[in-house]
Amino acid sequence: MAPVNGAADAPLKIGKHEFKSRLVVGSGKYSSFDVMQRAHEASGTELVTVAIRRIHLDDASGKTLLDFIDRSRYKILPNTAGCTTAKDAVLTAQLAREALGTDLIKLEVIGDPETLYPDTAETIVAARELVKDGFTVLPYIIDDPTACKRLEEVGCAAVMPLGAPIGSGLGICNPYSLTIIKQRSNVPVIIDAGVGTASDAAIAMELGADAVLMNTGIALAKDAIMMARAMRLAVEAGRLAYLAGRMQKRLYASASSPMSDLIGTTAK
Amino acid sequence: MNATINGERRELPDGATVAHLLNELNLEKNGIAVAVNERVIRGANFDEHRLQEGDVIEIIRAVAGG
Repeated sequence: MAPVNGAADAPLKIGKHEFKSRLVVGSGKYSSFDVMQRAHEASGTELVTVAIRRIHLDDASGKTLLDFIDRSRYKILPNTAGCTTAKDAVLTAQLAREALGTDLIKLEVIGDPETLYPDTAETIVAARELVKDGFTVLPYIIDDPTACKRLEEVGCAAVMPLGAPIGSGLGICNPYSLTIIKQRSNVPVIIDAGVGTASDAAIAMELGADAVLMNTGIALAKDAIMMARAMRLAVEAGRLAYLAGRMQKRLYASASSPMSDLIGTTAK
Repeated sequence: MNATINGERRELPDGATVAHLLNELNLEKNGIAVAVNERVIRGANFDEHRLQEGDVIEIIRAVAGG
């Protein structure tokens, strides 16, 4: 519910998990783990995505990603990125749960390597199976209201329609479909992918998104740490603007100052 | 015996368990997960789960990603 006269916003609830921050960030593409760690801090996030990959058998030593994510501060959202079938995505999710001790999973089943658009049919099959297996499922999906509804029906804890292709930075390409998705959704809507700069994040939130997930938009900025802070402020600004309720747009001007008692006019 | 580990054929001592394998690879249990023939083996069962000839083993961890 919207706060009244500046009251605090409610936390974001995804299944049994609660978050004050509405910005979910990735851990990929940073110039170093140190920069990533500082960007995470600047973003104010409480939820960080990671990928799941085979260990290199002959080089399993050394510092790993998890040495740079303070798990008392951030929850981990493992993904099934790169999977192209429901079967592989389900096994990847099960391995992630075992490795990381979390029921959260960002379900990603890719249908096309160039656009990285999701395979909607496989995503729904995998989502159904993972929900039955006790996961809190957050599926990456096309910005299609019907696909989002199907995912909600199989028990997903949120839906994550894309704003634009993954890593493209093209911004919110179809605000109309995202608005429809939000209006019809009974679970949180997280805009996942496409955010290139702060205004994109603000637009997503102004449309009513419950949160925004981004990786490349922060990691590939010239100053990733500064951009992380910009994204934090944009998400907060967009959220507040949405809750505050924007004025109606109008074609003609409407003066903000009184039109009466101007100097040089004739007194009546 | 032979098994496939992360896509590589490897020779393992007969009767080796998952725990033996991880030890041989110098891997800590923490932060990793293991599947044998597409089934996840719980960490609590690493000591008792014996590997078989021809097993297909996947060992994963979290890496940077979005």
